[in-house]
Amino acid sequence: MTQAAAPTTGDARTALEARARAMLDRGPAWLAAHRRGALERFAARGFPTTRDEDWKYTSLQPLARAAWTRPAPPDLARAREALGRLRLHLSGGLTLVLVDGIPVPELSVLPPGLAGISIRRLAEAAVARPEFVEPYLARVAAGGDRPLADLATACFEDGLYLHARRGTCLPVPVEVIHLTMTAGAAVFPRTLVVAEPESRITVVEHHVGLTDAPYATLPVVEVAVGRNAAVEHVLWQDDAASAVHAATVAVRQDRDSRFASHVLTLGAGLARNDLGVGLAGEGAECTLDGLYLVFGSRHADHHTRVDHWKPHGTSRELYKGVLDGQATGVFNGKVVVHPGAQKTDAQQANHNLLLSPDATADTKPELEIYADDVKCAHGATVGRLEEERLFYLRSRGLPEQAARDLLLRAFARDVTDRISIEAVRARLDRWMTERLPALAGREEGA
Amino acid sequence: MLEIVGLRARVGGKEILRGVDLTVRAGEVHAIMGPNGSGKSTLAGVLAGRETYEVAGGTVTLDGKDLLGLAPEERSWAGVFLGFQYPVEIPGVTNATFLRAALNARRRRRGEPELDAVDFLALVRRKMKALEMDEAFLHRSLNEGFSGGEKKRNEILQMTLLEPRLALLDETDSGLDIDALRVVAGGVNALRAPDRAIVLVTHYQRLLDYVAPDRVHVLSQGRIVLSGGPELAKELEKKGYGWLQTAGTAGAPARS
Ligand SMILES: Nc1ncnc2c1ncn2[C@@H]1O[C@H](COP(=O)(O)OP(=O)(O)O)[C@@H](O)[C@H]1O
Ligand SMILES: [Mg+2]
Repeated sequence: MTQAAAPTTGDARTALEARARAMLDRGPAWLAAHRRGALERFAARGFPTTRDEDWKYTSLQPLARAAWTRPAPPDLARAREALGRLRLHLSGGLTLVLVDGIPVPELSVLPPGLAGISIRRLAEAAVARPEFVEPYLARVAAGGDRPLADLATACFEDGLYLHARRGTCLPVPVEVIHLTMTAGAAVFPRTLVVAEPESRITVVEHHVGLTDAPYATLPVVEVAVGRNAAVEHVLWQDDAASAVHAATVAVRQDRDSRFASHVLTLGAGLARNDLGVGLAGEGAECTLDGLYLVFGSRHADHHTRVDHWKPHGTSRELYKGVLDGQATGVFNGKVVVHPGAQKTDAQQANHNLLLSPDATADTKPELEIYADDVKCAHGATVGRLEEERLFYLRSRGLPEQAARDLLLRAFARDVTDRISIEAVRARLDRWMTERLPALAGREEGA
Repeated sequence: MLEIVGLRARVGGKEILRGVDLTVRAGEVHAIMGPNGSGKSTLAGVLAGRETYEVAGGTVTLDGKDLLGLAPEERSWAGVFLGFQYPVEIPGVTNATFLRAALNARRRRRGEPELDAVDFLALVRRKMKALEMDEAFLHRSLNEGFSGGEKKRNEILQMTLLEPRLALLDETDSGLDIDALRVVAGGVNALRAPDRAIVLVTHYQRLLDYVAPDRVHVLSQGRIVLSGGPELAKELEKKGYGWLQTAGTAGAPARS
């Protein structure tokens, strides 16, 4: 790894607003208008602080206090070498690679003969296919107070556009690898997934850092799930320990659609994940699963929000966290059942396992229900590894670390088992085998 | 083989074992009986390395080597096996995963090659058959939702797979119907061997009808107050433990 210099201490706001101003006229007029609006909102508001209710437990100081730079041109040889070990080799072999937020066709593998799907650079699609891009880009993720999404909308240069045409079921998953390579840079990976009615698509987005120096990545993923369409999305975050990862995932679902999300937060010194799902059509269903493994002095914050707008919607949410060292975890799950969303069935659970006396987990379910005929349940726990279980395993000859790992995996199992892609499950399993003992035994200053 | 001298142990400041002396030779089966709360599980737990107990004095050696300084897994590698009075449920870990991990941990320590899935399955199927266990148990979460009898059979299965030198069975016979008891006893008898020792903690004479012990000891208030041959178990069955309260304090702890 290159030991590049950390970004100079400074003011992220100044640096990034200047960068956004340079982007203002990029793209079609409608996009420029979004950029302008987003920049104005961000400039007026600035970074959230712990005085903001949604940011009470997460300080963005590591993000706000550095003069993040623009990414440098990618070192393709080094990227290629890393991809050799990162690629999942999923069936179909479809792999799209973005370096510092910009698609790199030379590194991507697009097998021929994939019917029904269109894969493009986002900047290009915004011009060539406005009928599919304009209704969603910067719109699905709009609304409410989303300063980081605003900042990303103002700053992003390009991204990925994935479009499943009406009635097509993409038989192979789309693997997207986001590499961050520039030390000290702020990057804004952007993904737009449009699943037309009756279509089906699975996307695995994998975030990895190829530098040990600090960087900031603020991905925005927007997903539009058409009538009776199905989207499965994996957000697998394995950013470097010194990185800030602050992602926004926004989903809009039409009638009878299905959306399954798997958020795997394994890396980054400071991780924040805002996932919002709007069930905008009757009978829509979403499953939101999350697993966060947080070690050393890292911090991971997951905020989810499900809006039930229409009747007969179902949401199932299960987030599990494992925290060691002085790590801190935050979960905030909001479910809003709007007036008229009768027969809503919403379930939410968050369970945390603390492995050390200094680790902490804050968990808060928030239910707002404005309809009377609904079924809503939530549960949250913060616990420790049961000594008796550990003793039982050790008494059968499992070394203490192996026994702990087994119990950790067991704890995570119901979340990991629900990932439909075997290769992702296997890779996660390998990650645990390789990294859990090292991470658990080592204090790292993230 | 097992030599316990003056063993004292505390839980939360309360002294539970107050000087236990016991010698078990290779090839022998000993039964430890005694009223509820007399410290039988504490003794078994201290031998297996349960950390909630604080050893306050005495020594325990297995083949002349100190046990008390070893971690629970090291004791297991040295050949100690504890059949739990209350086997622990572990959701999310299948029985098969657990059994194979335990078996291979042991094999690694011994420098033997690990068993692959095929060899493991062949071995475990054979052992399960002998214990009249349904193979479906392999794929269920460890002990989760098992009935009392199923849990105890599962303990015996682990024992027969791990082939310990010293098996401590803490009330493995409690809560079993007669068929299950016969199966469990069969498992124990099959393990009897000249280079092994078995210590049965039990409440009931019933198990001893199937597994004939060489020695029977009575633990009362943290001490072994009486030791004898198999006939002692029958006597206890008739008379109960009430009369021991006085007898126990009178005589010196018996050595076997
Ligand atoms: N974890 C514990 N905390 C407090 N007291 C305990 C604990 N375990 C055992 N004891 C006490 O120690 C004594 C002996 O218990 P135990 O060894 O389980 O007896 P037995 O197995 O002979 O019935 C009892 O009085 C019991 O209440
Ligand atoms: Mg007991």
